[in-house]
Amino acid sequence: MLSFALKRFASALLVMFAISVLVFLIFFATPGVDPAARIAGRNADPATLAQVRHSFGLDRPMPVRYLLMMRHLLIDRDLESFVNRGSRVIPQILQATPVTLSLVVGAALIWMVAGVVMGTAAATLRGRAADPLIMLVGVVGVSLPAYWLGEVVNLVTQKQLHSSVFSWVPPPGYVGIGRDPGQWALHMLFPWLTLALLYAGIYARLLRGEVVTALNEDYVRTARAKGLSERRILLRHALRCSLIPIVSLFGLDFGALVGGAALLTEVVFGLPGIGKLTYDALQNLDLPVIMGTVLYAAFFVVLANALVDILYARLDPRARHA
Amino acid sequence: MPDQPLLDVRDLRVSFRTRQGTVTAVDGLSFSVAPGEILGVVGESGSGKSVSMLAVLRLLTNPNVTVSGEVLFRGRDLLTLPDREMRSVRGREIAMVFQDPMTALTPVYTVGWQIAEQIRAHEPVSRREAHARAVQLLSDVGIPDAASRVNAYPHEFSGGMRQRAVIAMALSCGPSLLIADEPTTALDVTVQAQILDLMRQLNEGGSAVVLITHDMGVISQIADRVLVMYGGRAAEEGPRRAVFHGPRHPYTWGLLDSVPRVDGPRLRRLPTIAGVPVTPGSLPEGCAFAPRCRLRHERCEERPPLSVGDGDAAHRDACWLPSGGRAALRLTTRTATGKDTDTEVAS
Repeated sequence: MLSFALKRFASALLVMFAISVLVFLIFFATPGVDPAARIAGRNADPATLAQVRHSFGLDRPMPVRYLLMMRHLLIDRDLESFVNRGSRVIPQILQATPVTLSLVVGAALIWMVAGVVMGTAAATLRGRAADPLIMLVGVVGVSLPAYWLGEVVNLVTQKQLHSSVFSWVPPPGYVGIGRDPGQWALHMLFPWLTLALLYAGIYARLLRGEVVTALNEDYVRTARAKGLSERRILLRHALRCSLIPIVSLFGLDFGALVGGAALLTEVVFGLPGIGKLTYDALQNLDLPVIMGTVLYAAFFVVLANALVDILYARLDPRARHA
Repeated sequence: MPDQPLLDVRDLRVSFRTRQGTVTAVDGLSFSVAPGEILGVVGESGSGKSVSMLAVLRLLTNPNVTVSGEVLFRGRDLLTLPDREMRSVRGREIAMVFQDPMTALTPVYTVGWQIAEQIRAHEPVSRREAHARAVQLLSDVGIPDAASRVNAYPHEFSGGMRQRAVIAMALSCGPSLLIADEPTTALDVTVQAQILDLMRQLNEGGSAVVLITHDMGVISQIADRVLVMYGGRAAEEGPRRAVFHGPRHPYTWGLLDSVPRVDGPRLRRLPTIAGVPVTPGSLPEGCAFAPRCRLRHERCEERPPLSVGDGDAAHRDACWLPSGGRAALRLTTRTATGKDTDTEVAS
């Protein structure tokens, strides 16, 4: 276990190093990107530009610039945004993290429960009308992008029906769970549903296929020959084995979302999370913030991968010794 | 009462609805199993052996399957039993062991857990008690160090050990009938012998056994009675000695002749039954074996009933040949086979 953890930690460091170098190189190799020109403002004269360059350390060689940035980001932890002078990257990320976690954890709970229920139901109702119907709901969910669905939800709950059915829906935004748990949940409800709908459909379809396959396995026939109830055969044998690939997919999706992939949902619902932070930084070509959020995302993806491996071994005894 | 069969299958038919139309896998099969006997069921692949046994336990869950006939177990028709009662028959009164032990166990649970699960499905015992019984059962079927092996996962067992574990599971509730569907086919020969010993022990303990196989050698070692199946029908049925020493159906002759003999002359090529087995989709109206039979005649267009020949009333076959002088007829087919398939003695 310890050697596993150490190995994973080392690989996380390696991945983060590689990604940081890549981001750095891409940023400065992109034509037309000159942070100094952005910082100095429009129509700055060459002297101002040179001064800005000097004060931000942009006139130094690339490797030195990279090392300086990493030192400020990771060791001194005082790396500043290029665009908003004085605002530091690390506190910005720390502030955005709980917002993203709130969104992703809640949505993940909803989509896992919905996906498992829908997928299992469809698999057991195979050959009847309910199966294609459930799968159709799944396809529709997958086909609605968050930026569209989110806008529609906002339109309906904030405008069209706000005075009648949805009068209880608060305006978009985030309320900390520590400040008011009730308001927190109320503010998160529609973002949760919007994000969950996308994944619930994918998971339901995937799980349905797995359960249908499992129900044709020899071990299910054995379970039937043992005289077990159909319910037990489905839940304890077929579904239990079908969850293994679902869980590994879940870990990866979850890691990516916490790392900022919930961007569209966050932007649409005005949630100041990691995705929103990344989005704004990209729009402003704010390298320090981009660097910070990218490393943060890489860290979560690697972490999620490690958790998936641990969970996988718990779920599948065959993977334990490999 | 002692003469009443434990299992009495009458006119069992199993058909599958496919894109090519309805396919009949079992076509009016009747057989019975007496308490405590071992019935060997032989036949080529596709002869309906496994399907008929799955039908007996109602394990054919495919919605395109139709099963008809009667399956009387202790006088109750299993085919019309409510699901709930059927469940209490499965595993407790009739247990089944399948061909491939590699895939027969759920990979994510320990062997002991799976045995205990079956015990607890039928008997109100505690978890601990069920676990203790699982250890005992595993040790009974010859798993060394059962107390620790009980906590192993299926993938940690070898093929032979898994089959033992599956048998231990089948025995856990003391069934009066065990259906074993080619339990030794996937195993190597030394393990096969051990598994057969296990079947014999179990039989000595009072359970009846239906042993499905395509291995005549296995049948000759263990069965009390033999049922030979071809094309989803019974071709011949009788006590083991009678079937092996005085086989009556040309198909049985072919099966027996294609067993290579250690003490016989070395053949350049193993004798086989000419032609290909019938497929369930192309069953002939008359005798299913007629297209491959050297002795077919006009009568074979008509379906032969399973009937008693001369002598032993328990020995029946489905063939239109005259009931006397079958042994002589068998010799003529053998020489014919010799000419066709080049069975010279190798020098």
